[in-house]
Amino acid sequence: MNLTGWRSRRVRSVSSLALAVAALAAVSGCEQKRNTTGGGGGTATGTGTGGTVATGPILIGHYASMTGAEATFGQSTDQGIRLAIKERNAAIDAGTLKGRKITLSTLDDAGKPQDAGNAVTRLVTQEKVTALLGEVASGLSMVGGQIAQQYKVPMISPSSTNPQVTQIGDMVFRVCFLDDFQGMVMAKFAREELKAQKAAILFDQGQPYSKGLADYAEKAFKEMGGTVVTRQAYGSSDPDVSAQLSSIKEANPDVVFLPGYYTQAANIMRQARKLGITAPFVGGDGWDSDKLEEIGGDAVQGSYYSNHYSPEEDSPVVKNFVAKYKAEFGSLPDGLAALGYDAANLLFVALDKSPSLGGTDLAATIAGIKDFVGVTGTITIDPQRDASKSAVVVKVDKGRRVPVKRYAP
Amino acid sequence: MTKFVQVCLNGLTLGSLYALIALGYTLVYGVLRFINFAHSDVVTIGAWMAFVFCGLIGWLGTDSPIFAMPFILALSMAACALLGFTIERLAYRPLRRAPRLNVLITAIGVSLFLQNAGQLKWVFGTQPQAMPKLLSEQALFTIANVKVPVVDVVIVVLAFVLLVWLQYLVFRTRLGQAMRAVSFDERTAALMGINVDWVVSITFMIGSALAAAGGMMYGLRYGTLLQTADSVWVLLGLKAFVAAVVGGIGNVRGAVAGAFLIAFVEMFGAAYRSPQMRDVYVFGILIAVLILKPGGLLGKSTVEKV
Repeated sequence: MNLTGWRSRRVRSVSSLALAVAALAAVSGCEQKRNTTGGGGGTATGTGTGGTVATGPILIGHYASMTGAEATFGQSTDQGIRLAIKERNAAIDAGTLKGRKITLSTLDDAGKPQDAGNAVTRLVTQEKVTALLGEVASGLSMVGGQIAQQYKVPMISPSSTNPQVTQIGDMVFRVCFLDDFQGMVMAKFAREELKAQKAAILFDQGQPYSKGLADYAEKAFKEMGGTVVTRQAYGSSDPDVSAQLSSIKEANPDVVFLPGYYTQAANIMRQARKLGITAPFVGGDGWDSDKLEEIGGDAVQGSYYSNHYSPEEDSPVVKNFVAKYKAEFGSLPDGLAALGYDAANLLFVALDKSPSLGGTDLAATIAGIKDFVGVTGTITIDPQRDASKSAVVVKVDKGRRVPVKRYAP
Repeated sequence: MTKFVQVCLNGLTLGSLYALIALGYTLVYGVLRFINFAHSDVVTIGAWMAFVFCGLIGWLGTDSPIFAMPFILALSMAACALLGFTIERLAYRPLRRAPRLNVLITAIGVSLFLQNAGQLKWVFGTQPQAMPKLLSEQALFTIANVKVPVVDVVIVVLAFVLLVWLQYLVFRTRLGQAMRAVSFDERTAALMGINVDWVVSITFMIGSALAAAGGMMYGLRYGTLLQTADSVWVLLGLKAFVAAVVGGIGNVRGAVAGAFLIAFVEMFGAAYRSPQMRDVYVFGILIAVLILKPGGLLGKSTVEKV
């Protein structure tokens, strides 16, 4: 049953609590021949037992909200990842690239923490993925990251911006900026471009992303000499925010920070306009979905949010990516798709460089990546396993995302 | 003052929605003595049906004609009445003589079935959708600096009309008399020549049609339709159920009173205390009522049971 030395090493290294689970996984590993080829082969190269270089595909796992209120997050990211894999595998077929092909296993978590935990556990213990990609929502990345850390499987989050995500441990990485920076960008934009003096904050108390971003934006806005006139919270499963909006209307702010996810954000802006709140709304990258306008309609026009990139940016890398993505999926790539593409490509660089496909080696290789040129900017993984990148504030304008101002880190 | 009027308006609108949904629970309980846990899913499907019908006709954009709303409402209510009839016929009627626990568990099964079937690609899918704007989002008039949107007025008027109609139906018609008779004593009612199966079917259809109206109005007011299994719908159904219990389940007027009580406490608590605690206020009332007056506010002793 013990097919490779790699697996037995892993069983020894995990805690006694996980031993039972790992043993169970080893049993199921016998049934899943497909996946043991990838993981076992990697060991052969890594331990250098002979001249046999494995050529089978490497399995990577992706857990994402393919359904639910944040469904476009998962779907966009998955499409970005699939585009990256398709390009790599085609290049290997054509002989222009050396390395092993990639296969992807995507599991849906419906945007719920318990489902995310189940998905990651299944990817790691049953499908035995070499590395993990995911999630978008920070709260879900924290759940998945704990499991990835426990089983020593490297995980790259394409777009979780809450600082706590990579603090889980040395297996968890990200390729996007952090909320302390994003909050500063939102505050600075409101203060300098919108000339706002009084701000209101409305955040989702059930999402670590939303709460964290609200805190950072508030802190930065106060430091820049602004005042926060009211701070309100809403629940994720609570469509009625009229009470909170009434309080905001009474406080009469110059700008409203709304650092939530797109479905609720659009819904809230609609209600706000109905109540007669005319102040501009400023959000974060959680707004980045076509659904924002589909649901919000006229109410979201003229609002601003900070994002990782804009498909309208005038750079050859972005233009090339947008053209390829459009040809493949027939739609404009949003920021999540671009980050999924970047995360996957960065992982491929690490897979090609890493001395073995064991979790610790691979994680060390990812940690050493410098100056990786991605669609969303140049990525250097810092000692905190984060990427320091610039942000762009875009304006929602009739189906377009017009880049207004770029902020360097 | 502005805030107070605004909160009153919100309470009135939300109370109307809760009342429409709570009536379904209370009607079914009145006639069959069991809690139809699938009722909140009929609400969900009513809202989604409205969306689907708008799509079929091509009213998803902003420029729907003035008669679009009543037309879609009628279609959606009819579709849900049919759904309610089917659920009762297929799931509950075979268990009419079974212990009540079996029916209760079946109801939970029906609820899970509807939630998950609704997520299928060829049913409603899993993406949130924007409810078509069948009503203008402009304010109809302004009181004390508070804009009163058309949709709020329509919700309150519609709920009022349906409640008066239901009151008339239950207490002034032969059908209502039959419903009350079945509620009072099913066997004796059958001996008196009342077709019990027919009365039960009609009750389910009325409850489901009201649920559809509630669901569609909810969609029009909040603009977003989340997937059928989302916790938003579960919570909506649960609060309406609490309203029915607080008012005295099985009692039509009680359900309406409970709905407005719940909605006003929720809204005032959210606006003047803490919006995070709104669910606590609702379920707090439930606990208080169950301790102090277990039969509900309007009691169980009345003979007005349906």
